[in-house]
Amino acid sequence: MAIFDDPFDAERNLRPACICGQHRSAAEHDRASHSLRCEPAEDRRYEGVVASALVRAVFPRDAARRAFLKSVGASTALAVLSQFFPLKTATEAFADTGTPEKKDLKVGFIPITCATPIIMGAPLGFYAKHGLNVEVVKTAGWAVIRDKTINKEYDASHMLAPMPIAISLGLGAQPIPFVVPAIENINGQGITLAMKHKDRRDPKDWKGMKFAIPFDYSMHNYLLRYYLAEHGLDPDTDVQLRSVPPPEMVANLRAENIDGFLAPDNICQRAIYDGVGFLHVLSKDIWDGHPCCSFAASREFITTAPNSFAALTRAIVDATAYASKAENRKLIAEAIAPANYINAPVTVLEQVLTGTYADGLGGIKTDPKRVDFDPFPWQSFAVWMLTQMKRWGQVKGDVDYKAIAEQVYLATDTKKLMQEMGLTPPASSYKTFSVMGKTFDPDKPDDYLASFKIRKAS
Amino acid sequence: MSTSLRLRAAIVSIVLFVAFLGIWQLATRGTAPAANMSPEYAKLMGATATQGASAMPGPIEVGAKLWEHVRRPFYDNGPNDKGLGIQLGYSIARVSLGYLLAVVIAIPLGFLIGMSPLVSRALDPFIQILKPISPLAWMPLALYTIKDSGLSAIFVIFICSVWPMLINTSFGVASVRKEWINVARTLEVGTIRRAFTVILPAAAPTILTGMRISIGIAWLVIVAAEMLVGGTGIGYFVWNEWNNLSITNVIIAIVLIGLVGMLLDQVLARVTRLVTFPE
Repeated sequence: MAIFDDPFDAERNLRPACICGQHRSAAEHDRASHSLRCEPAEDRRYEGVVASALVRAVFPRDAARRAFLKSVGASTALAVLSQFFPLKTATEAFADTGTPEKKDLKVGFIPITCATPIIMGAPLGFYAKHGLNVEVVKTAGWAVIRDKTINKEYDASHMLAPMPIAISLGLGAQPIPFVVPAIENINGQGITLAMKHKDRRDPKDWKGMKFAIPFDYSMHNYLLRYYLAEHGLDPDTDVQLRSVPPPEMVANLRAENIDGFLAPDNICQRAIYDGVGFLHVLSKDIWDGHPCCSFAASREFITTAPNSFAALTRAIVDATAYASKAENRKLIAEAIAPANYINAPVTVLEQVLTGTYADGLGGIKTDPKRVDFDPFPWQSFAVWMLTQMKRWGQVKGDVDYKAIAEQVYLATDTKKLMQEMGLTPPASSYKTFSVMGKTFDPDKPDDYLASFKIRKAS
Repeated sequence: MSTSLRLRAAIVSIVLFVAFLGIWQLATRGTAPAANMSPEYAKLMGATATQGASAMPGPIEVGAKLWEHVRRPFYDNGPNDKGLGIQLGYSIARVSLGYLLAVVIAIPLGFLIGMSPLVSRALDPFIQILKPISPLAWMPLALYTIKDSGLSAIFVIFICSVWPMLINTSFGVASVRKEWINVARTLEVGTIRRAFTVILPAAAPTILTGMRISIGIAWLVIVAAEMLVGGTGIGYFVWNEWNNLSITNVIIAIVLIGLVGMLLDQVLARVTRLVTFPE
């Protein structure tokens, strides 16, 4: 992924480097470190940012700088510059981002692979690296995680991407301003059907079926409704949608209480693993690159402990960067499988994370982007979710899409933070994307909404 | 005669248990391994799909797993994975706190209600309405108002175990035989002394029965409450293992919950026998 490339690494396009930057390849890195832990070369990244700023300051003109670099070579140039400029001290000052007000933090998570960056931050030491002592606490369900975060039992949490918007708007809860500094994962869901429906693959035949979704304010709900509506079914009248906690989904599918579900992953793969269902379609095939879960905190936490919040966000962005690399996925699956974290068979997590999986019908499929990790909280994601909330009657009346999106999805702050970390975030906070072939333009949400024939009459 | 009866009962119990295990083992034998599945595919699938193993574990599997837990009851692998001994400890501590709180409030209050027919009649409709409410119905309200999940769990135990004690205490106090109270009155015994030396001993068996019902309810409630609030306790353990669809561990938890519930009940049964008097 472009934003995680080290811009100062001359070999970056030639082969994937390892996370710590000290080895040429991931394989070499794996050989070097037998333990799970590896410290990414944060300092080197910061040093690069400072050094390039310095070179630019000394030679403000591009041509002159290039000539200088060409004649003496980049490393000599750096050595010469550091003779009269304390590069090390400057880098330290730059990397020193203020001591966290609160070091011992509690972060809640739901045991699904979406929470991978939050969970692995603990066993792989990403929180510790940023000076935090974080306890990741497994939580029973989305409503409980919401209440516990609102009650300040947790300092921050894993939430479904639309949840912080819903909480901020006061949908299904008291309105409390919540923010999203980082998206957890993109893609990583799927529609799983019971084995008995293996010959009913056309959604047009699904009238009267019962589907489970994890929560009302979830991408799962919006994507399933979108998918059904695109195939001509009205999700409110033609099928039954039920909110069911993920672990109960597989049990219900086995008991034939439901015909299928759109669930977060490892649940889809678990149904296949246990032989009760098959994967009808990945959510990636509905909308490639859709957000799924988010990392959320209350606005109050930012104001009372800004440095802790920044350190936490940095740890999450770091962990997300690590998780986005395909070569790390196997290791992550092993790190997060134990009972203390997700509590699932390693095979299941490995299939989800590596993207080489059994589809439940006897075939093995490969899709490395089945689940992916990208922390940037695109505000256009929030606008899209708001259009769907309005489409299905969760919000009524006029909606100031962009104002809400900008309040909840902290794209600007995260951009700054990522730049400080030496990453290259996208320049804009909005982008257009396409969902099942239909383009979404964040500048025209009302037109987009009006273009849907099937929607709840408001 | 009595020993032979006891012996015969024990034999019947054992026979029933063995028969139960046998039927259980037979019922969970599973089917033949799935035919024509490629080995690469089989590697990605669970035993239920490949071996045709039953989704329900058999008694041997459960026994082996139980032995594993019994051998290391107090391990601590971090905030979300602790040994069964620790989990049970958390649950018992929560139950004790909520239950003691209920005792402290229900018994004096029940006493007052029982001594006054007017208050008794006036409060009766409220008690009758509040009594049958499920712990799970209290939970969201508690979480929302108390804003602390640990305290909420204790509150829910309190609110569910308070009613049987309250009702039994007031009933026991109200039904103390009139003759005894009249005798005390003739002997000019003061109100407080009358309450402690006449009414309390007379009502003690009924009060203890209420306490015994309550501890059973408190133990029922804790599992549901911990499944919701999570973190620690045997209820959390059940939920966590269910997440992994590990029915084996869920069965073990069920057995342990039953055992601990029986122990708690037996303790109060002993105490009840101590205060019972022949009339």
